[in-house]
Amino acid sequence: MPTILIDNRELTIPAGQKLNAIEAARMLGIKIPHYCWHPGLSIVGSCRMCLVEIGSRDPKSGKITMQPKLMPACNTLATDNLVVVTDSEKVAHARAMVEEGLLLRHPVDCPICDKAGECKLQDYYFKYGQDERRADIRPFTSRRRDLGDVTLFVDRCVMCSRCVRFANEVSGTSELMITGRGAHEEINVVPGYPLNNKLSGNVVDLCPVGALGDKDFLYKQRVWFLESHPSVCTGCSTGCSIWIEENQDRIYRIKPRQNPFVNQWWICNDGRYDYPHVHDARRVTQPRGSTADWTTLPGQLREALQSAGRLAAVVSPFLSVEEAYLLCKLIRDIDKNAVLALGPVPTVGEDERFPKGFIISAEKCPNRRGVEAVLAYFSGQVTGFEELLSEIDLGQIQGAWVSGGYKADWIGLATAARFQRLKLLVVQDLFPSPLMEIATHALPGAAYAERPGSYVNRNDRLQTAAQAIRPPAGVRTEGSLLWELSCRKGLYSPGAVLTEVAREIGYFSAALGPVPETGVDLKANLLAQASPVQPNQA
Amino acid sequence: MTQDKKKSPEKNVAWVKEPQLGMSGKSYLLLFLQGLTTTLRHLFSRKKTVESPDQRHEIPDSLIYRGVHRLNRDEQGRVKCVACFLCATACPAHCIDIVAAESPWPDREKYPQTFTIDELRCIFCGMCEEACPVDAIELTSLYDLSGKSREEMVFDKEKLLSVYDLTKDQEPPRTKRSGGTTSNPKPPTK
Repeated sequence: MPTILIDNRELTIPAGQKLNAIEAARMLGIKIPHYCWHPGLSIVGSCRMCLVEIGSRDPKSGKITMQPKLMPACNTLATDNLVVVTDSEKVAHARAMVEEGLLLRHPVDCPICDKAGECKLQDYYFKYGQDERRADIRPFTSRRRDLGDVTLFVDRCVMCSRCVRFANEVSGTSELMITGRGAHEEINVVPGYPLNNKLSGNVVDLCPVGALGDKDFLYKQRVWFLESHPSVCTGCSTGCSIWIEENQDRIYRIKPRQNPFVNQWWICNDGRYDYPHVHDARRVTQPRGSTADWTTLPGQLREALQSAGRLAAVVSPFLSVEEAYLLCKLIRDIDKNAVLALGPVPTVGEDERFPKGFIISAEKCPNRRGVEAVLAYFSGQVTGFEELLSEIDLGQIQGAWVSGGYKADWIGLATAARFQRLKLLVVQDLFPSPLMEIATHALPGAAYAERPGSYVNRNDRLQTAAQAIRPPAGVRTEGSLLWELSCRKGLYSPGAVLTEVAREIGYFSAALGPVPETGVDLKANLLAQASPVQPNQA
Repeated sequence: MTQDKKKSPEKNVAWVKEPQLGMSGKSYLLLFLQGLTTTLRHLFSRKKTVESPDQRHEIPDSLIYRGVHRLNRDEQGRVKCVACFLCATACPAHCIDIVAAESPWPDREKYPQTFTIDELRCIFCGMCEEACPVDAIELTSLYDLSGKSREEMVFDKEKLLSVYDLTKDQEPPRTKRSGGTTSNPKPPTK
């Protein structure tokens, strides 16, 4: 295990880890400023912001020899007996000079720059820059250039080349390039070949300054008004970790949340620009019917379910694990022989894979695996949607609860008509559908950002999403409604339900206790589940 | 306690005692006469009250008076504001609402599509004026602010610009600078 010395503090790097000096210093809580280095990209060492003093210690005598020139920390491997000094006057001076150099040709149009508030140039200048600006340049407006999916503010750029490397290495599309040399370097695209790949939104997050602007977010909000909530993308079964950034219950942007087990640092544009459906004006926001009132409705629903006869539930793959469990338990408590079926699983095309392993799944729902595990626990096998339809056609079912949550039309007129013969049809969905029209009880559903819960992605990783915004007036989240219908006391607590699920269902037993931000791997428990003694039987 | 005080090593601390009142002080006669003199002086001095609204108050220094807001125009008559939201950020009463958009002019990046101030909610603290990087929002010396409805008191961009047109002659904009990013004195080469 290599031992290195950073600012006179010793650090032993765990075996098998290959770190550079920036990452090693971070382990001690020492921040080395950097623009061009990013853990997910190759190293170019072009910004010179991470310059530090480097030396080596003789392991026998303990004598330290420092190198006369400063070295970039990003390109210095943390090998045994390395000595790094980050707090010397020489380093501070170098940082101040780099900042001055970067700001010489910078427009300093911070008031109208969308990055202001989360800009590394601002942060580092305040922390490491000089007190006064020696170059007397008046602020000016940056030139704008359309690169395709994003807008480039040419003069704000610090030429860190993160975006160029991203397009080369992660998305593998290589649209971006650097033209010119020296002070005339600029980011550009080849005419006729704009930046338009499925991961292009990430270059905006990567940009440490305000050079790359997201066309969707540009000019909409200042970043300091936004509040971030950890969540999980429900666009496909990859289940990327995301931040939902909102202000006053309105989502303004989605950003990737670092998760080494799922999406690393990236998300795709499909997930990033998925949020407008949450604020769609066509959404159902009131339960249908003149007598439909949330104070009396839960009681009516319960009575109707109890008197309907043989029941069925369509559990949507958009429901969280907790909601699916509550729904199955509720229906099974009322009718022991109820049919529990998995809702239609939307699939589009094939999985898209990118050079560094990022996958956009073909399965466009977040929680098929989680819902299937819940269904398998309750009914032994997973009943498909078609099987349920044929049972309805045979007249064996009198009442059904259909959960939706789909972002687009999911049920056709012909399929919906097959539900017509039911005595009771409860539909909770986001958007109006033919099924909703024939429902005896049509209930509004909540969108993913509006309800807390856990989702299991394609690799059996369970992640928990927080509630980011409140649902529109008139909408009750699936979880809280099912919680009340199940006659549970107090407010809906997804954490309590998940604990219950983890205790009862072997597949989920790893989710017992607090779920870390990066989620838990349920696969580790598949072995335990295969063993003869099941946790809920023991 | 008193002993502690005497022993106190703090040499820099001076202990002050409340002065004892003498005969004149105890009778309050002197103070009473002092107060009465002030009253009499004001009784015979020049009147300062005016018959408002027929007569108008004179604002001695409009630069430091905080009345109704205005949105300044630049030399070309366009709104000076660059929609940076700094006034809305500084506003403690949250009375400023801006919707920003890409500007229709080539020399400007961003401009306010709408700019509304709820004058009823405003506490006239002047923070917006101080926060503005381009001196676009200013408080004038207009003090008689009235309206027939709440809606009328929510001033939009046009109304705020009209306040500028109304007051620009008596109160010229405080600075001549055209704004942080409105002009490009030395365009970058190429």
